[in-house]
Amino acid sequence: MAKAAKPKAGGPLLDIRNLRIEATVYPPGEDPRTVTIVDDVSLTLERGKVLGLIGESGAGKSTIGLSSMAYGRGGVRITGGEVLLNGRDILKAGKGGIRKIRGREVCYVAQSAAAAFNPAHRLMDQVVEAALEHGTASRAEAEKRAKKLFRKLSLPDPDNIGNRYPHQVSGGQLQRVMTAMALCSEPDLIVFDEPTTALDVTTQIDVLAAIKDAIRDTGVAALYITHDLAVVAQVSDEIMVLRHGKLVEWGATRQIIKEPRQEYTNKLVSVHEIEHLEKTAPEGKAPLLSVKNVTASYGNSSVKVLKDVSVDIYPGQTLAVVGESGSGKSTLARAVTGLLPPSQGSVVFDGRTLSNAMKDRTRNDLRELQMIYQMADVAMNPRQTVATIIGRPLEFYFDLRGAERDRRVAELLDQIEMGKGFADRYPAELSGGQKQRVCIARALAAKPKLIICDEVTSALDPLVAHGILRLLLELQAQEDVAYLFITHDLATVKSIADAIAVMYRGEVVRYGSKSTVLTPPFDAYTELLLSSVPEMELGWLEKAIGSRRMESAGN
Amino acid sequence: MFDFKRITPGAAIGLFFTALFLFAALFAPWIAPYGKAQIVGGVWEPMSSQYWLGTDNLGRDLLSRMIYGARTTIFIAAMATALSFSLGAILGFTAAVVGGWPDTVMSRFVDLLMSIPTLIFGLVVLSVLPTTIITLILVMGLLDATRVYRLSRAVAVDINVMDYVEAAKLRGEGMGWIIFREILPNALSPLVSELGLRFIYAVLFLSALSFLGLGVQPPEADWGGMVKENKDGIVFGIPAALIPAAAIAALAISVNLVADWVLNRTTSLKGGRG
Repeated sequence: MAKAAKPKAGGPLLDIRNLRIEATVYPPGEDPRTVTIVDDVSLTLERGKVLGLIGESGAGKSTIGLSSMAYGRGGVRITGGEVLLNGRDILKAGKGGIRKIRGREVCYVAQSAAAAFNPAHRLMDQVVEAALEHGTASRAEAEKRAKKLFRKLSLPDPDNIGNRYPHQVSGGQLQRVMTAMALCSEPDLIVFDEPTTALDVTTQIDVLAAIKDAIRDTGVAALYITHDLAVVAQVSDEIMVLRHGKLVEWGATRQIIKEPRQEYTNKLVSVHEIEHLEKTAPEGKAPLLSVKNVTASYGNSSVKVLKDVSVDIYPGQTLAVVGESGSGKSTLARAVTGLLPPSQGSVVFDGRTLSNAMKDRTRNDLRELQMIYQMADVAMNPRQTVATIIGRPLEFYFDLRGAERDRRVAELLDQIEMGKGFADRYPAELSGGQKQRVCIARALAAKPKLIICDEVTSALDPLVAHGILRLLLELQAQEDVAYLFITHDLATVKSIADAIAVMYRGEVVRYGSKSTVLTPPFDAYTELLLSSVPEMELGWLEKAIGSRRMESAGN
Repeated sequence: MFDFKRITPGAAIGLFFTALFLFAALFAPWIAPYGKAQIVGGVWEPMSSQYWLGTDNLGRDLLSRMIYGARTTIFIAAMATALSFSLGAILGFTAAVVGGWPDTVMSRFVDLLMSIPTLIFGLVVLSVLPTTIITLILVMGLLDATRVYRLSRAVAVDINVMDYVEAAKLRGEGMGWIIFREILPNALSPLVSELGLRFIYAVLFLSALSFLGLGVQPPEADWGGMVKENKDGIVFGIPAALIPAAAIAALAISVNLVADWVLNRTTSLKGGRG
């Protein structure tokens, strides 16, 4: 097949000028109106450089990234400006012209590799597809190139991994295969759309290192989209901070993280710090909750998800349970609540042994032990108003009705720093942070002694998550409620926990007060976890990879 | 909930005809020009200013019988649909929430009922039982309930695993709250569109039964029966049988247009304000 020459012009590889992107929204009960998603953003990217796009959700960073492929997702329209790739405006290229560019000059790496691969085809077929489609390589050449890329991305068994199907490799590996897919047709530009956000910290570091090496060795340019400043600092040469579709600040990576010029950037850089004084376990006082030698498994399977787990929580304190996905930390929550009755062991709460199964527990036991979920969206009935959601526990446990109930709902809304104007809103009309606050209010309405927080901040933007953590700490001080805080994010743990349990494959590998758990010497797994948390420092990635004693579970 | 300003042309047509049929059904004795069994003229008289749609095989006014027929047909179909929905939806939701052996027993029983062709099952039962309106409604409602059960159970199984249902269970809520307050409002969209479809199936089923002589018995008027009464006229080029047939088709189409519109208006996840 003839290899058509790509147009090569002088000047920057990608030059976006005064980009304006709009979408039409249909708010219920109002006339449809046009909202501006990206407003007058310009950027240039030289060959072989990496530009990080950063901002909270709704900042328009993905939309800008996709515009470099002349693509608008879900009814989004590019209404103004120019996108010059290799010196020509691809917005004017027409359907056929864009097809020649996509997959050839610019490739895309999506956030969820599991959803982006076709489960019915082998990995190799999907990796070489773009190169074959554009006729830039024969099948044999493309496969050879793909295997070289698999090796470079340190995938296990690079010669044969292409014969597997997407479900036969782990999430971190799949993300690297997708990077290989993007690199295989030797494009000039790759758009990385949050490629590591859905991964565990220990896996994220591997993928990050692989992506960084691949970018360096192939000389491809990249737009790296993420909401995590610490991650983007590791891979990019320049960083662009966006907010509400507008440019906030654009500069070299060092300048952005060391000397941010804008207030918003400064807030992003300093977001993780919450001072939290550790409360020590009171002497001679019985713990509020003690989990005693709990073993549990799903169904009748012999695979034990929890193995002989014992932890204690004292009144008004926080126990953080950390670990990767699959470590059994959420299962521990299910065992404590009785949703998954443990097969061995017992749960002692406030001096009495709780029945293993939830349906045998008294209403008062249920009331004193509340739960907050990771995905606030699905934790609230979309057809109930905020007042119903928060008011139901009041009716159910305390038999409060009418005006009395409404007054208490207003109080609770005040406590979560939302006004009583929110009472008759539906969940779909709230932002992510507000939804989680309503869930907190619902748990609080039951006047519990213990709240189980299952990854409550994982789905939120850093600034919003920060607000939620502060709120939780404040509420703990006011109501003297204890938290069982499940998370994979050690930065969160540092700011909220009094005691920590580190879980690995269903077992507690390290347990004690925050200061003892976080003081060396560490066991290998705790060290891996700690060293994998991205730090906002240049060169952190290389240092962390260099000092590892243990491979992460993804390999 | 419904914005009549942004109504689609299809929905407008559907609403108009559905309203027309409902109006005829509700106010039949007041708007019908003659009685339903009153013989007013010759056999199969053509359309005239006196008999707008002509007369039928016994010389009764066709328009009056059409209006009374709307009453019978829509009443029986609506009652049967109501029965099938209350029964099917409640049992389906219960099966999904309870799970285990009650679910298995009910689901396999429904499979058993569904494996017998509805019309044949209906014919057998109705030829044994006395044909009254009550038996008609019961037989049609029960047979249709199997379909509604299937759909409700499938929808509820999906909703049952959502975190908000788990949260309600953790709170200690009883079965009633979970079924009627957590699951039902979220299952409403697919059920509403199914409601339109099932109503139409009920109309068609009833018409088929009446046409076969096992449905509504003369002298009561219903559209399927009227097709049967007048079908011999077709040979002589008399359109009396086509008018009730066209009415059945028009009702089916217009109710479906309305159901489509309702579905479009309610499927977005905008809470209750969609």
